Amino acid sequence: MTKMFGEPIARVEDDRLLRGHGAYLDDLGHDALACAFVRSPHAHAEVLDIDVTGALDVDGLVAIYTYEDLAGPLADPLPLLIPHPALTHGRTQYALARDVVRHVGEPIAMVVARDRYLAEDAAERIVVSYRPLPAVVGVEAARAAEQLVHPDVPGNVAANMTQSVGDVAAAIAAAPHVLELDLSIERSASTPMEGRGVLARWDPESHRLRMWSSTQTSTGLRAAVAAKLGLALIDVDVITPDVGGGFGVKIMHPWPEEVLVPWAARALGQPVKFVEDRREHFIASAHERAQLHHVRAGFDDDGRLLGLDVRFWHDHGAYIPYGLIVPIITSTQLLGPYKPGAYRVEFDSLYTNTLIVTPYRGAGRPQGVFVMERTMDAIAAELGLDRTVVRERNFIRPDEMPYDHGLIFQDGRALIYDSGDYPQSLQKLKALVGWDEFAAYRDAARAEGRRVGIGLACYVEGTGVGPYEGGHVVVEPSGKVKVATGLTSQGQGHQTVFAQIVADELGVPVADIEVVTGDTRRFGYAVGTFASRAAVMSGSAIALAARAARAKVLKVAGEALEVSPDDLEIVDGIVRVSGVPGAEISLGTVAVLSNPLRYAFDDAAQAATQFAVGDTSRPPVDEDDEPGIEGRDYFSPMRSTFASGMHAVIVETDPDTAEITILKYCVVHDCGRLINPRIVEGQIHGGVAQGVAGALYERMAYDDAGQLQNASFMDFLMPYVSEVPLKIDIDHLETPSPLNPLGIKGAGEAGVIPGAAAFASAIEDAEGIPITAMPISPSELFELRRRTEGTPA
Amino acid sequence: MSTEELFEVRLIVNGAAHDVRVPARRLLSDCIRHDLRLTGTHVGCEHGVCGACTVLIDGVPMRSCLMLAVSADGTEITTVEGLTEADGSLSPVQQAFQDCHGLQCGFCTPGFLTTITAGLRDNPAPTEGDARELIGGNLCRCTGYQNIVKAVLRAAEIRQNRP
Repeated sequence: MTKMFGEPIARVEDDRLLRGHGAYLDDLGHDALACAFVRSPHAHAEVLDIDVTGALDVDGLVAIYTYEDLAGPLADPLPLLIPHPALTHGRTQYALARDVVRHVGEPIAMVVARDRYLAEDAAERIVVSYRPLPAVVGVEAARAAEQLVHPDVPGNVAANMTQSVGDVAAAIAAAPHVLELDLSIERSASTPMEGRGVLARWDPESHRLRMWSSTQTSTGLRAAVAAKLGLALIDVDVITPDVGGGFGVKIMHPWPEEVLVPWAARALGQPVKFVEDRREHFIASAHERAQLHHVRAGFDDDGRLLGLDVRFWHDHGAYIPYGLIVPIITSTQLLGPYKPGAYRVEFDSLYTNTLIVTPYRGAGRPQGVFVMERTMDAIAAELGLDRTVVRERNFIRPDEMPYDHGLIFQDGRALIYDSGDYPQSLQKLKALVGWDEFAAYRDAARAEGRRVGIGLACYVEGTGVGPYEGGHVVVEPSGKVKVATGLTSQGQGHQTVFAQIVADELGVPVADIEVVTGDTRRFGYAVGTFASRAAVMSGSAIALAARAARAKVLKVAGEALEVSPDDLEIVDGIVRVSGVPGAEISLGTVAVLSNPLRYAFDDAAQAATQFAVGDTSRPPVDEDDEPGIEGRDYFSPMRSTFASGMHAVIVETDPDTAEITILKYCVVHDCGRLINPRIVEGQIHGGVAQGVAGALYERMAYDDAGQLQNASFMDFLMPYVSEVPLKIDIDHLETPSPLNPLGIKGAGEAGVIPGAAAFASAIEDAEGIPITAMPISPSELFELRRRTEGTPA
Repeated sequence: MSTEELFEVRLIVNGAAHDVRVPARRLLSDCIRHDLRLTGTHVGCEHGVCGACTVLIDGVPMRSCLMLAVSADGTEITTVEGLTEADGSLSPVQQAFQDCHGLQCGFCTPGFLTTITAGLRDNPAPTEGDARELIGGNLCRCTGYQNIVKAVLRAAEIRQNRP
């Protein structure tokens, strides 16, 4: 039987989805009432009055709710999900605005009606009176603090946090060279093709709630809803249907709509559904990325860092429900594959009157990598050294692994890299992109009046963060294997890769394995899908659960075949005695034998009734045993595992129009052992496209009044096929992680992380103008050229 | 407010006639999804940019979120559910998406499948450039389009090899 781990098999998810038989949130609940929300048109305003009279005679209207209707825990602010000692001024929103709105899109009233059209009819007839207040938009305005987002938060500062290793001031003071940089990244967003959505049914007879949400965490949502509605956990089922992409934004929970919809379903005794439209997704879900950074770097004549001092300002929007995860990741992952010498990082997390910030694929790393890689390039420029040479000299060497940075990572654990081979990655990347040959190509192009440039960027990514995930494996009497894990899927191919893992552990064909994710009815303990953790955490847990099931199979089969379990192997769903042809028993029969029955309801069961099987001198189920072939186990690592990679890009910039064209894009990627190379490459492709987007196209264009000017797909420039590289050259390095049973590291976010940094490096190389802010559009590059006129290109 | 006036509309979807009574403003996408309960057609933006809702109307790819159901009266509509072969196997385009890992979350996929199906009818032997042009109006957030381009070329191959 071919080993499945490592095979690029086609996905088991595809057939259903290709036939149009997927079941996404809005494909469910055709009988449900629909919701529409009245949302703030102001970035900051006092709500003086809500007049619903005009809406009351709308045909099909069922209910209108405002803050006044909320009671108990639902009337309290929504949870601050991830508290932190440095988060001294955490503020979260109410499910429906109470007196003040703090960003455009904040929900004020909820309308429930027979369908969405009618709900919108009613919503637009509700008249809200506002007293507009001054809006704080952007990091600079937040820092200036001439206006406050929350009157009781001085300086708009929710948190100030510093981490340091060594005496950075002394190290920089003593350094032969010092440089300073100001670097900025704008807002962007996950922007999955499917927005948020939630459906809830209350069963008045059993007093139980069943809900479906397009979420990245069904267990987190279940706990939040139970707390808000005063229900026992066991009385709430949360099911994640097919989800049309997440990329981070759907890890945020509970959204206001996720508590209001089940609450309304219970109050009305009818199923209620909310499906977000595209504009709502832009103004009422979450964004990320916006940060300003100031860097001071001290280095020696060889370009080695001696001290690195980074101060940055993080714009987290109007509220901070997801805590400090993003800026903490920037603080720590900024270091990448390098030894910084002494290091000090300090950030302020700032309120603004814009949409909240929660992690978007990469989660603070694209900013951190941008800062570090721009610094590396600046050092190279200052010393006249090749950019790869400076990086090489600052790398952590393979023989220094595990490498302890002396800092605390986002999971509250030590920032210790488990494994990696950065020099080898760099060699592979240089070969892949043709680094050493590029200077000649650039000179030849220049002679023809063309501008081309090459850039690279390196990153290290903490993946597979804890605290834990679990797996459950059961062998049915049919011989089919049913697997469940609590975390959720949004298109990553979990059903395929988890089946590959179980296939090897249990010796069954992938076709006989069915995997369910994100359904609290099947697995109640889980954390969620984020931080490139699903393969590492649930993959490992499922492997352990499958091993437990295998041990049970071998025990039962050994008794049936009267041999030691050590003499048995499982191949294609058959347990057989090694080297003895014919001495075998099917997995299904083993499952039947493992469960002594009272009743014979089919032929298989007949073989397992208490009168057919068993040693009558023992109890039917022994003291240390359980009926059935089941394995359940959990994986909880000491700390994160660290994947790494490097990207290189060659661009051409038009001398007249400043249009930026991608000529070549190369990726070297190390996520440990690959479960399914085809799926990993797919993740990289998608990540690279988002990296291109963040470097050249996507931004949230807020005006000074806090209005998002590009809240549609017409104006927010999500790449089509015409914007992505024609080809992405990929090379893998497999440095196994010692921290989990499969030696794997996460791969989901990697592709996006170094994009902005690599493009900045390449554009700077082509233009000879320092690039310090991303994304960059042709008009911005044109303007940069104009401002630096006289600078040789 | 008075109840909305309803209009009789006949839609022939994947070969089957459906008579529905809908308000004038009902989007064709909502009618297909919620009245006919053919939920394979997805809605990603409701302003005609993403292409997820693309269906074939009398063989031509159209954005069902930009059409009213009443304006499709009497037309023959093909949705993703109608793409499979008569024997239930995957169509060349569907098969190519599976072979090339051309989908991840699958939400945008139906719009690509319908668009490419019509495109290959017009141009059975596309170049790589043609393939890009063909899918140039559909958004995908997962795949970076790399494997969708490959799937277009692979679908053309499968089409030519099938009897």
